Amino acid sequence: MNRFEIIRAGINTTFQDDGRNHLYHIGIPISGVMDKRNYILANSLVGNKIDKPVIEFAYQGPLIKYKGHKINIVITGDVIFKLIKKESVIEGNCYENYIIEDGDQIDIVSTNKSVYGYLAISAEFDLKSQWGSCSINTKANIGSNNGKKLQNNQKIDILNINSNQVKKKLDYINTRIDRIRVIKGTNFDYFSDEGKKIFFDKEFTVSKLSDRMGMRLEGPKIKNIVDTNIRSEGLIKGVIQIPADGNPIIMLSDHGTIGGYPKIGVIISADYDKLVQLSPGSKIKFQEIELSDAETLFKLYEIETQNLISQFK
Amino acid sequence: MIKNISNLGDAALYCDFGVGVNKETNSEVIKYFWSLKKKEVQGITNLTPSYNKLIISFDLKKTNFKDMKKKIENLVINDTKSELSKKIQIPICCADEFSLDIKRLEEKLSMKRERIYENFFKKEYFCYMTGFIAGMPFLGDLDKTMRVNRLETPRVKVPKGSVGLTEQFVNVYTSESPGGWNIIGNTPLEIFDNSKEESPNLISPGDIVIFEKISLSDYKNFNE
Repeated sequence: MNRFEIIRAGINTTFQDDGRNHLYHIGIPISGVMDKRNYILANSLVGNKIDKPVIEFAYQGPLIKYKGHKINIVITGDVIFKLIKKESVIEGNCYENYIIEDGDQIDIVSTNKSVYGYLAISAEFDLKSQWGSCSINTKANIGSNNGKKLQNNQKIDILNINSNQVKKKLDYINTRIDRIRVIKGTNFDYFSDEGKKIFFDKEFTVSKLSDRMGMRLEGPKIKNIVDTNIRSEGLIKGVIQIPADGNPIIMLSDHGTIGGYPKIGVIISADYDKLVQLSPGSKIKFQEIELSDAETLFKLYEIETQNLISQFK
Repeated sequence: MIKNISNLGDAALYCDFGVGVNKETNSEVIKYFWSLKKKEVQGITNLTPSYNKLIISFDLKKTNFKDMKKKIENLVINDTKSELSKKIQIPICCADEFSLDIKRLEEKLSMKRERIYENFFKKEYFCYMTGFIAGMPFLGDLDKTMRVNRLETPRVKVPKGSVGLTEQFVNVYTSESPGGWNIIGNTPLEIFDNSKEESPNLISPGDIVIFEKISLSDYKNFNE
């Protein structure tokens, strides 16, 4: 039997895949990986189909001991990690395949100036899916691992090692952006002219109260001149709500499916992966963009991801 | 009928059925929701019906706003039979440790807590929609004397089972979650059971809910 023994689970370590659709109407969000590009790159680099479940971690990652036949692993994101082998300790590089053998340890020390990182293996984790996805939603206890974070001393079985032991890598550096592009929301005119100007001109700071559900921002307050509540209605990933206190909250992958605060804007799909990597204390500025430009930018972003995959060496 | 369709970001349609909250408008939304769900339109990833809006999320890799909007405008809506509505009884304990916002309610409503509880428990409530968190029912309508706004700063954690009030509505937090509703009590009953893949929801749109006040000892013995 091949397996991972989790010696230290890390702060927020879960299994994630592409997430689950068609359940918003009963209150179940899509979940899935926060940073889709780094997820696709992780699976591609170990020769997996791009929609296989991976381990997602935030800030401090897990310390894992491996038991079993040789497998390949890859870590993506901006992550500091070590491989502890019988005779040596290797400082790991992200986007590079490593072979691990029985008794080796993977020590994911932390993400570096970012939030999320990914660990993919050239095999399958033995997981139960729920509503078509293994993604763990710890708030609703949905998904594999009984909907809970990984725990210390837990063991995870590994199946179906893929035999084509690739030795690929990619030269890629995650760039940070602090300009996030936004399409005006359905309640944009609820805010004062000054509030609208503040929203697009001023800098906000990512709050510590941010997680997979949402990102809270602090900074200049945005004044509402119509009503600080709306009739509760559907939300989607990327919506920016402004409650009565004037501080923006951005909906992320595990967000509530319905909300009653006015929507000032929505993050464009092309910028979502970059947004979620902004750690607490980071500065963020919004830039207004038209729908047609957002659609073009998304196509370009997808092409760029495909180009990265074709650059594997 | 849909009054207007606009875009919510680059990957969703925002269908507006009107401003009011009433059973007629809500039924129109539900009709569109079921019709679309049955048709399994290519590219749609999620449908979120609410009081008077329907949000249609789509996969931007497969389609776009313009094409999706055209599809919805040309959609033939079938008059689906609404499922039989059920009457559901839900026990609630209003001990101080659960009635987190009772002081705020007393102030905002200028009413003593005994009256607040009396007004709350004497009514039956209609389920308009479910969501926000898994299985959370949005129920209405509260007595006209019982209506308050959300908290100015939402709580980071509302305990599981909390029953909250906002405007004319009541909801139940089916799991621990952030939230801004005024919490009046807590139910020991499991409102959302995710081990049931087919129908994890205890309460569905169209159902009638009756709340029953229970003591702290009944609450503690409930699941034994």
